[in-house]
Amino acid sequence: MRNVSWVYLIGAVLLLVAPTVFYPVLLMKVLCFALFACAFNLLLGYVGLLSFGHAAFLGSAAYTTGLAMTRLSITPELGIALGVVMAAVLGLIVGALAIRRQGIYFAMITLALAQMVYFFCLQAPFTGGEDGLQGVPRGKLLGVLSLENDLVMYYFVVVVFVLGFWVIQRTIHSPFGQVLQAIRENEARALSLGYHVDRYKLLAFVLSAALAGLAGATKTLVLGFATLTDVHWATSGEVVLMTLVGGVGTVVGPVIGALVIVVLQNELADKVGPWVTVIMGLIFIACVLAFRRGIVGEMLARLPVNKGPRD
Amino acid sequence: MNEIFGIPAQALLGQLLLGLVNGSFYAILSLGLAVIFGLLNIVNFAHGALYMMGAYVAWLGLELFGLNYWWALLLAPLIIGLFGVLIERALLRWLYKLDHLYGLLLTFGVALVIEGTYRYFFGVSGQPYPVPDLLAGATDIGFMVLPNYRAWVVVASLAVCLATWLMIERTRLGATLRAATENPKLVQAFGINVPLLVTVTYGFGVALAAFAGVLAAPIIQVNPLMGSNLIIVVFAVVVIGGMGSILGSIFTGLALGVIEGLTKVFYPEASATVVFVIMALVLLVRPAGLFGREK
Repeated sequence: MRNVSWVYLIGAVLLLVAPTVFYPVLLMKVLCFALFACAFNLLLGYVGLLSFGHAAFLGSAAYTTGLAMTRLSITPELGIALGVVMAAVLGLIVGALAIRRQGIYFAMITLALAQMVYFFCLQAPFTGGEDGLQGVPRGKLLGVLSLENDLVMYYFVVVVFVLGFWVIQRTIHSPFGQVLQAIRENEARALSLGYHVDRYKLLAFVLSAALAGLAGATKTLVLGFATLTDVHWATSGEVVLMTLVGGVGTVVGPVIGALVIVVLQNELADKVGPWVTVIMGLIFIACVLAFRRGIVGEMLARLPVNKGPRD
Repeated sequence: MNEIFGIPAQALLGQLLLGLVNGSFYAILSLGLAVIFGLLNIVNFAHGALYMMGAYVAWLGLELFGLNYWWALLLAPLIIGLFGVLIERALLRWLYKLDHLYGLLLTFGVALVIEGTYRYFFGVSGQPYPVPDLLAGATDIGFMVLPNYRAWVVVASLAVCLATWLMIERTRLGATLRAATENPKLVQAFGINVPLLVTVTYGFGVALAAFAGVLAAPIIQVNPLMGSNLIIVVFAVVVIGGMGSILGSIFTGLALGVIEGLTKVFYPEASATVVFVIMALVLLVRPAGLFGREK
C-alpha cells in the first residue's frame, strides 16, 4: 500500500513540474488521451468488455462542447458538462444494445454503432462536415478565470484528469467494482449469485462513456477544434492500443500507454508521415503476440512481491 | 410502368441492381468471415484490407503486366490466399489458446499495416479500372436497361457463394470442416491434420475476399481505403445474420444490399446508416441474429 502512495506522490509532482520542461499543449493532449484510455480500461480491464467504438463518446462530447462554446457562449465548465451528458446518453443507448451480445459480437456492435455516429457527424448540417468545428474558444472558468493562457489551461486539465482518474479508482475499489470484476471472471456465476449482470454492465458502460466524453470535451477546449478524427474508428483503435501498450487491467497502465502513443505519434508524424499507421499496426501485432501484459503489467509481474505461483 | 411509387422505374430498378451488387459483396465477405470464424474463432478484421489487396492485384497486374480481367479474377484469390496462409502460419496460430478478442486485435493491427503501406505507395485517390470488353455495355431487357457488368457481378458472386455452400455441406472436405468446427480435438484424434485444415480455411476465406475485390475493381475506384469503409458494414451484416449459417450469411448480405439500395431512392440521407439501424432493431428483437444460435 505504501508503494502505491509513493507512485501517486511522484506522479503528482511530475504533473506539477512537467510544463516547465515540456510543451504544455502536448502534455494536455497526453492527459486527455490518458483519461480516455483509463475510461476505456474500466470496461476492458475490469468488466472484460472490449468496446471498439469508444471514439463515438470522445467525439460526440467533443462536438457538443465545441458547439456549446461557439454557439451559446457559456462558461467552459458548463460546456464540458454538456459534452459529458451527451456522451453518457449516447453510452446508455449504445450500451443497452451492445450488452445484448457477448465477446466478439459486443466489439462488432460497438464498432458499427460508432460508425453510425461518424456518419451523423459527417452529414449533420451543424458539425461542419469534413472541416469539423474550428476556433472553439476556451472561455473563462466560472466566468472569472480566462483559460486562454496555456499554463492556466494546463493546470485546469490536470484537475479534470485527477478528478476523472479518482472516479475510476473509487469505482474499481468500490463494492460495485468488485461485482464488475466478478462478472469479468465468471459471468454465469455472478448471474447465479443473484446479481443483475446486465444492469452492472450497462452502468459501467455509461460511466466509461461519460468519462471518455469528459476527455473529449476537455480536448476540444485544449486544441480549439473538434473534427471527424475524433469519431473515426481509427481513434477507437488507438485507445485500444494505448491500453494494450500500457497494460490492460492495471490502474496506471493506460496513462503510460497514452503517453507513449501520443508522444510517438507526435514525434513520428513529421519524420515518417504515412508510415505512422504502419508503425501503430506493428506495435499492435507485437503487443498481442509477445507483450500482452503491457508495460505496467510486465513491471508488476517482475516485482519481487508478485513473484510466485500467481501469474 | 414508367413510375413506381412516384419514382421513375429506371431509377428504382437501377438502385435495386446497385443494391444487389453491394449485397453480393456483403454476402461474399460475410461468408468468408463466417467460415474463418467457425474454425479459427477469429473475427478477421483484416478482411477488408485483403479485399482491397485483391482489387490492387487486378489494377497492378493490368498496369504493369497487361494482365487482363479474367486472369486477375483467377490469380488475385490465389496470390492473396497464399498471403493469408502466410498470415495464419506466422501470426494467427499463436493465438488459438487465448481469448477470441486477441484475434480481433491482431488482425486489426494487420489491417493497419496493410492499409498504411498501400496508402504510402498509392495515396488516397482512386484508380479507375476498365470494365472487361466482353461485359461492357448494357442490355435492354424490356422493362429496364441492364448494365452487363453489374449483372455479371451478381451472378458470379452468387455462383461462388453457392459453390462454397455446396462444398461445405455436400463434400467430404466440407464434412471434415464442419466436424472440426464442432470439435477440433476429436477430429484431430481421428487422424485428420487440423492445423493444416485451419490454414487452408483461412487461406480460402481470404481468397473469397480477394475475389470480391477484383469483382469490385471496375465498379468502384480502386483505393487503399475501400476495404475499411466496407468491413464495418460487413460486421453489422454479420451481427444481423449471425455467423452460424452459410446460407444465412448469403441471404442477409444480399437482403441488406437491396434494402440499402432502396433507401438510396426513398431517403438518401439514411442510406449510409440504414444497415446499422437494422442491426440495432435486430438486436432488440432477436439478439442472437436472424440465423444465429447463442453459444
